[in-house]
Amino acid sequence: MNSSMVIGQYVPGKSIVHELDPRTKISIIFFFVIIVFFANSFMSYLLLTLFAVGSVFITRIPLSFIVKGLKPVWFIIIFTFFLHVFMTKEGNILFTIFSYPIYSGALIQGISISLRFFLLILVTSMLTLTTTPISITDAIESLLDPLKKLRFPVHELALMMSISLRFIPTLMQETEKISKAQASRGVDFRSGPIKERMKAIVPLLVPLFVSAFKRAEELAMAMEARGYQGGEGRTKLRELVLTKKDYYVIAFFILVITGVFLTRQ
Amino acid sequence: MEISFDDVKYIYQPNSPFEHRAIDNLSFTIPSGSFVAVIGHTGSGKSTMIQHLNGLLIPTHGEVRVGDFSLKADRKKTNLKALREQVGVVFQYPEHQLFEETIQKDIAFGPSNFGVSEEEIQRRIHSSLQAVGLSSDMLERSPFDLSGGQMRRVAIAGVLAMEPNVLVLDEPTAGLDPKGQREIMDMFHDLHEDKGLTTVLVTHSMEDALAYADYCIVMDHGEMYMQGKPLEVFRQKEALNAVGLEVPEIIELLAKLEAELDISIPYEKQSLQELATLINSKLKGGAST
Ligand SMILES: Nc1ncnc2c1ncn2[C@@H]1O[C@H](COP(=O)(O)OP(=O)(O)O)[C@@H](O)[C@H]1O
Ligand SMILES: [Mg+2]
Repeated sequence: MNSSMVIGQYVPGKSIVHELDPRTKISIIFFFVIIVFFANSFMSYLLLTLFAVGSVFITRIPLSFIVKGLKPVWFIIIFTFFLHVFMTKEGNILFTIFSYPIYSGALIQGISISLRFFLLILVTSMLTLTTTPISITDAIESLLDPLKKLRFPVHELALMMSISLRFIPTLMQETEKISKAQASRGVDFRSGPIKERMKAIVPLLVPLFVSAFKRAEELAMAMEARGYQGGEGRTKLRELVLTKKDYYVIAFFILVITGVFLTRQ
Repeated sequence: MEISFDDVKYIYQPNSPFEHRAIDNLSFTIPSGSFVAVIGHTGSGKSTMIQHLNGLLIPTHGEVRVGDFSLKADRKKTNLKALREQVGVVFQYPEHQLFEETIQKDIAFGPSNFGVSEEEIQRRIHSSLQAVGLSSDMLERSPFDLSGGQMRRVAIAGVLAMEPNVLVLDEPTAGLDPKGQREIMDMFHDLHEDKGLTTVLVTHSMEDALAYADYCIVMDHGEMYMQGKPLEVFRQKEALNAVGLEVPEIIELLAKLEAELDISIPYEKQSLQELATLINSKLKGGAST
């Protein structure tokens, strides 16, 4: 498994954030993403940042782990920052770099855009860090339930999602296993000219596809053998229920939202 | 080639919540030319250990030496490709690594990666195919049309065609029928003798460890639990049971005979028939006195 990639990886734990109903988490994140674009003052940003970092703190997942895992994203955040700093021409000129003027508005713009970006990534990755893929799909199925009236195949969609999510770790393990086997037969995936490295992918991809198809076939057969026939009348092993915790957290989040709107300019 | 582990530790995904210490405090030496069985419960770190032998994993701490090659955490460049040419690894379910259109091409894959000449590759294809008990007229067939057992043999032939000096086998017969298991194990043993290989066999079969190995390494929770000659190791029934391992039936029978009927028969790889005759004569001999 790739250890440097945090996005999409579940870290088991027992914090409040872990134990919230996944629907609560998804809804909060949905609104958080919208609210972030409404923030425009120091106080409103501070509130949102406190909320996001505070939640991370509560999960007890080491911040260093998350920050390191967001490595690929840091680049984009920093890039955005500099792009804005050099391109915006608002406010007073603060100083010049190599006779290139930097405006005060540009600095504020750069900071706020990259902060928004950081908050979005932090909060959304917290969903997958604290929620198993299965509960995420359960929650999505439940939240999309009204669409069933419009004959939208909600259950089938959720099933497809949970099957794909379920097999991501399996596929990653398989990839690692096969690349090790081929490396033992003298393939070098890491060095050499690009053309050679592209060719080295074939011995990896073919077995992966073969086993993925075989797995899909076996899964379909196993489901059929057990009489699976879609969502109609199907009950759940784990019912989603909102508890007191969920209501408290939602109430608290509404406070935060109100705070953001009050401190906007 | 001589293989040695010096206080080796390996940690998966260090500095993350998934950090897992898979092996620790592992030290041993395998003399060149020996046939070593590695046994232990599932998850005891056997597969992790053998992946150090051709540099797929580099120890987090300590040093692994294979012949003149050395693998160490802080050492930059060991020539891994040269090491991998010397150490052939047959993984668990090796048939999953097949990918070429024809059996011939798949077996040729390893040697051609190591720059072996075309003629030599042809020779190796035929000799390794013969070694695993498949006929040469299958060469142009697709490996995906074969039965599971045949695919396994083709995959093994692909490793043998590299003509390694060290052969590492990770449960090579798992999931085969009993006849196939014995054929493949006999084949590895013959190859070991003929070519003077150093063989490391990870196995769940105590019978195989007893029959083929001249040295046993028992692992538990990532550490060395016991090591020694198979007969010495299997004499310690209680200790083995404590880590979820059994003693081969033959050894257990002989131990029982000794304990209950006071008949002692040293095990020297006798066949069942020979043992039966021996026991019979001892029993009768015992009754007449
Ligand atoms: N790629 C990996 N990432 C994290 N942990 C692993 C990985 N591979 C194996 N492990 C863990 O290391 C331990 C030893 O595994 P392994 O060497 O495969 O044992 P064995 O082959 O004896 O069954 C197990 O607890 C396993 O879960
Ligand atoms: Mg294993």
